[in-house]
Amino acid sequence: MKVNITVNDRAVTADVPGHELLSDFLRDRLGLTGTHVGCDTSQCGACVVHVNGASVKSCATLACALDGATVRTIEGLSAPGSLHPMQKAFHENHGLQCGFCTPGMIMSAVDFATVTPAPTAEAARRWLEGNLCRCTGYQNIVAAVLAGSAAMQTTEGARST
Amino acid sequence: MTQATGIGASLRRKEDMRFLTGHGNYVSDVSLPNMTLAVIVRSPHAHARIIGIDVSEARKMPGVVAVFTGADLVADGVGGLPCAWPVTGKKGTATKEPAHPPLAVGKVRHVGDPVAIVIAESLVEARNAAEAVTVDYEVLPAVVGVLDALKPGAPVVFDDIPDNVCVDWEVGDALATERAFSKAAHVSRISLVNNRLVGNPMEPRAAVADFEAARGKYTLWTTSQFPHIVKLLMGNFVLHIPQHKLRVVSPDVGGGFGVKQFHYAEEALVTWAAGRLGRPVKWVCERSEGFLSDAHGRDHVSEAELALDENGRFLGLRVRTVANMGGYLSTFGPNIPTNLYGLLLAGVYTTPAIYCEVKAVFTNTLPVDAYRGAGRPEATFLLERLVDVAATEMGIDRAEIRRRNMIPGDAYPYQTPVMLQYDSGDPAGCLDKALEAAGWNAFAERRKASLEKGKLRGIGLVTYIEACGLAPSRIATRLGARGGLFESATVRVHPTGQVTVLMGTHSHGQGHETTCSQIVSQRLGIPAENVEVVFGDTDRVQFGLGTYGSRSAAVGGSALAKATAKVVTKGTKIAAHMLEAAEEDISFEDGRFSVSGTDLSKTFEEVALMAHYPTDYPLEVLEPGLEEQAFYDPVNFTFPCGAHVAEVEIDPETGVVELLRYVAVDDVGTVINPMIVEGQIHGGVVQGIGQALFEDCVYDESSGQLLSGSFMDYCMPRADHVPPIEVHTHSTPCTHNELGVKGCGEVGTIASPATVINAVVDALSHLGVKHVDMPASPSRVWRLIANAGFSPARS
Ligand code: FES
Ligand code: FES
Repeated sequence: MKVNITVNDRAVTADVPGHELLSDFLRDRLGLTGTHVGCDTSQCGACVVHVNGASVKSCATLACALDGATVRTIEGLSAPGSLHPMQKAFHENHGLQCGFCTPGMIMSAVDFATVTPAPTAEAARRWLEGNLCRCTGYQNIVAAVLAGSAAMQTTEGARST
Repeated sequence: MTQATGIGASLRRKEDMRFLTGHGNYVSDVSLPNMTLAVIVRSPHAHARIIGIDVSEARKMPGVVAVFTGADLVADGVGGLPCAWPVTGKKGTATKEPAHPPLAVGKVRHVGDPVAIVIAESLVEARNAAEAVTVDYEVLPAVVGVLDALKPGAPVVFDDIPDNVCVDWEVGDALATERAFSKAAHVSRISLVNNRLVGNPMEPRAAVADFEAARGKYTLWTTSQFPHIVKLLMGNFVLHIPQHKLRVVSPDVGGGFGVKQFHYAEEALVTWAAGRLGRPVKWVCERSEGFLSDAHGRDHVSEAELALDENGRFLGLRVRTVANMGGYLSTFGPNIPTNLYGLLLAGVYTTPAIYCEVKAVFTNTLPVDAYRGAGRPEATFLLERLVDVAATEMGIDRAEIRRRNMIPGDAYPYQTPVMLQYDSGDPAGCLDKALEAAGWNAFAERRKASLEKGKLRGIGLVTYIEACGLAPSRIATRLGARGGLFESATVRVHPTGQVTVLMGTHSHGQGHETTCSQIVSQRLGIPAENVEVVFGDTDRVQFGLGTYGSRSAAVGGSALAKATAKVVTKGTKIAAHMLEAAEEDISFEDGRFSVSGTDLSKTFEEVALMAHYPTDYPLEVLEPGLEEQAFYDPVNFTFPCGAHVAEVEIDPETGVVELLRYVAVDDVGTVINPMIVEGQIHGGVVQGIGQALFEDCVYDESSGQLLSGSFMDYCMPRADHVPPIEVHTHSTPCTHNELGVKGCGEVGTIASPATVINAVVDALSHLGVKHVDMPASPSRVWRLIANAGFSPARS
């Protein structure tokens, strides 16, 4: 099935089998290995990307259903050599250890910041319910999400998908 | 400048950039030209005889490159997966080490036991062909529980081990302990289960292998915490590849927690297959496959008794534990419930007589091995539960009974009755700090407030000690280790004065690229940004034993400090020559070699340049270049200790336990990077909370099927499950390593299960509840409350 998808501002045309998951499409076809796969039951959130601006689990999304869609992955969140305010907040707040959950966490957090006018720690914890992290105990991730949300509200340059 | 990036600074992590931007390089990201994909066919039965395997259909499927079974490995002389740490049991008996073939031969012994590997051009094709492999099984009765495995007539996992006992081990003085019990004014008893867990690092395991025929060289990329040990075990014992013809790379690894510190069948399978096929072979574990193939953790059943005098002083401790080894021995399996458990039973107390017996038994379950804390959380759980039981029974305050029995500050080094000698620690100081921070004394008011809302509130306390910094080779080999546990570090000074460090330890979340840079920054007086840290590649790093047992800072860091000292020694010689001074007159400080009493000096960079551009250089007495390697073998374990307090509120209507507060005070020795140490403790504590409240690996007792085989059934702690963790450090430096570091990776997981359960039991103890098994799930807690006849309305 032929699809046209804009991935990280680049137009991609591909012939995809009906069963191809967006996570495989990104990782195997486009080499965008920043999107991770941590489970096979749509429980971990390591694979979260943005489709038309909203966070989705790419392991539970079929590529063939995305004709005409805009997809942003962790690789496209900031220009090379620079960091998105949410990425910066994760760095500053030590919101990552092994880094495996990080791309999904950040993509999810950016969406949270975008749709949550007055973010609180409780709201952030609830939002991240679909993102597992085995390393950090979530504490510094929550701190990062709050700091990143605040920075996004004041940063002009924050890109939206 | 160096102060800002040296030891003690909360330097932001250097490794973050690639992870934040999606440019990490994990094994599943490795892609090679002409690569094939592998799928493992696994046993659906817990215990069965393999009557036959038919791969003929699978071989004919589209895209299939090869299908191999155990018979192919046997024909090629492939060995079994070795156990690296057997122990000696009672009366000198040896650990039983049955063969562990990478693909099952004759019998399968647990659900998930690999029986064939299918290799195809694509993953989809490999999966389809795997479905076409037909295995004819004669299903046998299975045994999953350790107590069941010991019953007469129980299914026998290995035909030549009729009692299923792998090793019957003991430590301590049985007679002295018996005498202590005969003098006791009171004896407290507890029976408990330490529930089985699945480690579940977020990155599933993966392995990619390549064989370059022209060089006769194999390369294996694997998600390992110890690539050098994989190289040694797999190369030497399984595949018989000479060490110089095998390279093992563990690039970015997404968490380990012990799960990735074993040599696994799949590593050998892809490497062997790559050699046979002359093409790269890649295998990536799926999560549900990980539940069926990663080694599991814990799984003990224990009985313990504590003898006390009339003042609540501990006289003796007797422990009987049955530990699950699973269907085969994993790399370190037998060491975990023995050395890493029994030797820790003194805790922070002066108990004079201790005797512990451990039966490690085979069952039809996944192999059990180290999982974060490994043996020490089990020891802490048992001891600290029992101390609480004793306090309650004797009517002594729980903090007071601990204080009364605590090793006094002036008693270090302290020799325990179970072999270990603690070098340092201040558990009493940790306890005071923890009680204060947690508001222990004002708890009664908070309990009252909860009760007014119809909730049951409890507070729990633990004081603990652990042995880490694995390990002094001399002691470890006496305890059964089949190898040294030293560490290596190389400091390579470039002509321009920047430094590349090669470490034998492996970082998979711990932030070594940052902390090792801080050690170098401190020692050589250069900014941390001028240091690059390399690890995880056996062709780049000469040797190393990897990362586990909170050893990286204590053992690896010490090797690194030693290597920097060698650099300074050689640099001093070069500087003495450059400055025309005597070596004894040169001092090195803040990156500068100076002649004492003068203003003559040379910078580290100038000396580095001279070492590589030896125009005017004492070649007769000194080699050019500036690169030093050090090997460090510790003289003792390190002993982090501390006190943790948890506070919970239980809804008696639902049995839901809400963790309200968690305070950790830990003595991890010198802190290299406070931010990273705190992060390690946050994560460790939450993993322990997971065991205490959520996680449970459950097998069906009759069929041996794994019931908790995915994230749908195995409850991982999530962000909204846990409160913020309040972390305080209370450091006394380790006395036997130069940096004074002890280790921080496991302390959280060691202390928190007992702390949380002590709080849960405290909330319920007025109902006559003496113990709650883990996880303290709503159904379990609700049943206890209901059985006690408690109804919220009557409270
Ligand atoms: S990979 Fe786990 S939710 Fe998508
Ligand atoms: S940082 Fe390792 S899983 Fe989150």
